[in-house]
Amino acid sequence: MKQYDIVIIGGGPAGLAAAVAAYDAGVTGILILERDKELGGILNQCIHNGFGLHTFKEELTGPEYAQRFADKVRERDIEYKLNTMVLEISRDKVVTAVNREDGLVDIQAKAVILTMGCRERSRGALNIPGFRPAGVYSAGTAQQLVNIEGYLPGREVVILGSGDIGLIMARRMTLEGAKVKAVAELMPYSGGLKRNIVQCLDDFGIPLLLSHTVVDIHGKERVTGVTIAEVDDNLKPIPGTEEFYSCDTLLLSCGLLPENELSRAMGVEINRATNGPVVNESLETSIPGVFAAGNVLHVHDLVDYVSEEAGAAGRAAAEYVRSGGQESGGQEISVNVEGGPRYTVPCTIHPHKVGETLTLRFRVGSVMKDRFVSVYLDDERVTHRKRQVMAPGEMEEVKLTRAMFDKHPDLRHITLRVEEA
Amino acid sequence: MYDVIIVGGGVIGCAVARYLSRYQARVCVIEREEDVCAGTSKANSGLIHAGFDAPHGSLMAQYNVEGSKMMPELAKELDIPFRRNGALVLCLNEEDKPRLEALYENGVKNGVEGLELIGPDRIHELEPNITDDVVAALYAPTAGVVCPFIMTIALAENANANGVEFKRNTEVKAIFPRAEGGWAVQTANGVLDAKCLVNAAGVYSDVFHNMVSSKKIHITPRRGDYCLLDHAAADLVERTVFQVPGKLGKGVLITPTVHGNIIVGPTAVSIEDREGVNTTAAGLSELLSKAGTTVKQLPTNQIITSFAGLRAHEDGHEFMIGEVEDAPGFFNCAGIESPGLSSAPAIGKAVAELLRDKLELEERSDFIPTRKGILDPKTLSREERNALIKEQPAYGQIICRCENVTEGEIIDAIRRPLGARSLDGVKRRVRAGMGRCQSGFCSPRVIEILARELGVDQSEITKSGGKSKYIVGTTKNRY
Repeated sequence: MKQYDIVIIGGGPAGLAAAVAAYDAGVTGILILERDKELGGILNQCIHNGFGLHTFKEELTGPEYAQRFADKVRERDIEYKLNTMVLEISRDKVVTAVNREDGLVDIQAKAVILTMGCRERSRGALNIPGFRPAGVYSAGTAQQLVNIEGYLPGREVVILGSGDIGLIMARRMTLEGAKVKAVAELMPYSGGLKRNIVQCLDDFGIPLLLSHTVVDIHGKERVTGVTIAEVDDNLKPIPGTEEFYSCDTLLLSCGLLPENELSRAMGVEINRATNGPVVNESLETSIPGVFAAGNVLHVHDLVDYVSEEAGAAGRAAAEYVRSGGQESGGQEISVNVEGGPRYTVPCTIHPHKVGETLTLRFRVGSVMKDRFVSVYLDDERVTHRKRQVMAPGEMEEVKLTRAMFDKHPDLRHITLRVEEA
Repeated sequence: MYDVIIVGGGVIGCAVARYLSRYQARVCVIEREEDVCAGTSKANSGLIHAGFDAPHGSLMAQYNVEGSKMMPELAKELDIPFRRNGALVLCLNEEDKPRLEALYENGVKNGVEGLELIGPDRIHELEPNITDDVVAALYAPTAGVVCPFIMTIALAENANANGVEFKRNTEVKAIFPRAEGGWAVQTANGVLDAKCLVNAAGVYSDVFHNMVSSKKIHITPRRGDYCLLDHAAADLVERTVFQVPGKLGKGVLITPTVHGNIIVGPTAVSIEDREGVNTTAAGLSELLSKAGTTVKQLPTNQIITSFAGLRAHEDGHEFMIGEVEDAPGFFNCAGIESPGLSSAPAIGKAVAELLRDKLELEERSDFIPTRKGILDPKTLSREERNALIKEQPAYGQIICRCENVTEGEIIDAIRRPLGARSLDGVKRRVRAGMGRCQSGFCSPRVIEILARELGVDQSEITKSGGKSKYIVGTTKNRY
């Protein structure tokens, strides 16, 4: 059986950044397994710009951003396999994968980093009633068709959901000559970034219908239209508000789901709020030596944060390998959330293992204005920062430092609190 | 001139074709859609009922019990995924107990083996997730689940291997008696003649019957909405779980599929539109609330798709099988609603035998009774699988991530006789696109493979034939 120090499941932005960071931390026996035909993951189909402002201080397209990291991987001679599907990971870190050249193989890893990304919520998962004709696509599938394959999925488009991919595709389809008639959003606020609302909808005169949803899909062979209705405070369609939109295409951008089938099957504990693994400060899951980062851990809004997080996971995995697979040990404290955040990543912390800085990432459950984001170590408020607006569509973060923890040798409680003044 | 033309390539038409193919005869199946199994046969519960439900003495009871008994051997011969998982009919209050007992009595009279009335303790021993409200249940260990797509396709493939012709994408417009005897079938692609006709046209079977007979029949399409749950919900129930039946069918059931998903459904709504396979918000919410009373907790967050099917309900609620009195040589398989799938093998055999007698057909000496399914590499040992990949690397390339379907399987599905021509055709044969992402990731790849194998441009590939084009053109700068 082939043996590696670290096997990384997925060669998207998270996997690549984790590999580079682990390598730079001194562990070189690394293998990246990627199911697609090239490295870079979903970035390859994100040909719009806006990537890399934090990481590279310049504005890149998705493929350019991916290329930067793919180059780093190649410069370091980190091994990777493309067109390779991981079928199973055992608790003792035997990775079973399959591809055309090697067939079905087992690979023994000392540490595993889960970076499988996420998938889109499908029409079925949304349970939208109606016919099942051709012409209903997830926004990401349409993006792949247009940007990778060069095919146009439709000419008259309605988009359900205002997630970022849907907003980007509203603009993209418009530029390709399609007519985007409306973007309907179930919630009273957008699920995407503010800048995308402005640049992808407002600039093209595409209406955003907040508190609206698709209640029926028409057309037996190909979509001929959809019925959109307004929803009430309980998100239920209001009778009498139905309006028919003629279209040949319905794109869905209604949220992303971390792809944790492999994680679940190997017994990794999953956080119900994120649908990603429960991780500690080292981004280590409930199975020692198995780490997670990027959209498989929790859905991010900016790839820069994915890279940053995955770098931390890579360094932690390297440390795990170097220490000979020592378990964390010591006291582990759960991070409590109060006043609005739905979760934090990480959700538990071993205070003695906190490095120079520790980033707590979270999302709020509803739009909140003029609040303070505070972290309490026991009763001491160690950070207190004003946020004018926080929305569920945007990820928030707060940085903690080693020094803060050093002042609390007997720490018992860590609390992230969103509070008014 | 054909000996027999079968109108309709659903499970019934294909079963008749398969059992008829053991005789020396020129047989043709005509199907309106681009694939077999595209109507009622593709959207149902996928059950082989034990046969306790249909009234004793009815054709429904007779063919169901017989079909269920035929299934294990047929599944073996034709490589059809089939499993006897057993069924429970739950009684949730004391008042319904007499109806449950009546069902038991009826089943015993129908000749269903192994029926038992059991109490809450035994029920929970068998199915721990069943509601605590349950007071009693009928247990039918011979009930089973089958893949309705593969069952129909396997029957068709085997019939085809034994010489039965299939004309897909061919809609029958009219049927009329020929002056010189026999029947003429007018299709969109010309007229075909046959000595005998089999009407297996599902929700359209009354239309064809009424073209040739003065004794009119009337079919009501009865729509049933379903939800399909991900493999992650597979632990919910091991057996098919009904509640004591009401007037409109067997009520909402929960069952595992033979592929390890869970199906919840169906509703029962009589409609006018014979193409009305749209789900409705009311239907989906009704079935989830009803199924919610069967189990302690229904994992609705695991729903991966919903769909609706139409049952061909005849006013008399009975199968209409056999030669039509005032139309000699015209054989009905009409009014085939539940338990139609379960009865299909028995109906196929019975109608084939009627035709044999009518046309005085001889047995073929070279009849091939078996059919090999599409090879699923997951069923092989590691060594066998690696040998296969070495020989045919396409079996090492996963295309559908959710169901782990390889390119090799998809190629087989397309290349075999009566192969897939559309995304749905591939999906029903090998499950690519059937999983939790509902083809989001794999559909562009499957289209690429279909186009390559069929030698057409990708823009020609459809979801399910006709105008169901998947892409409408190219981007501005594609070259």
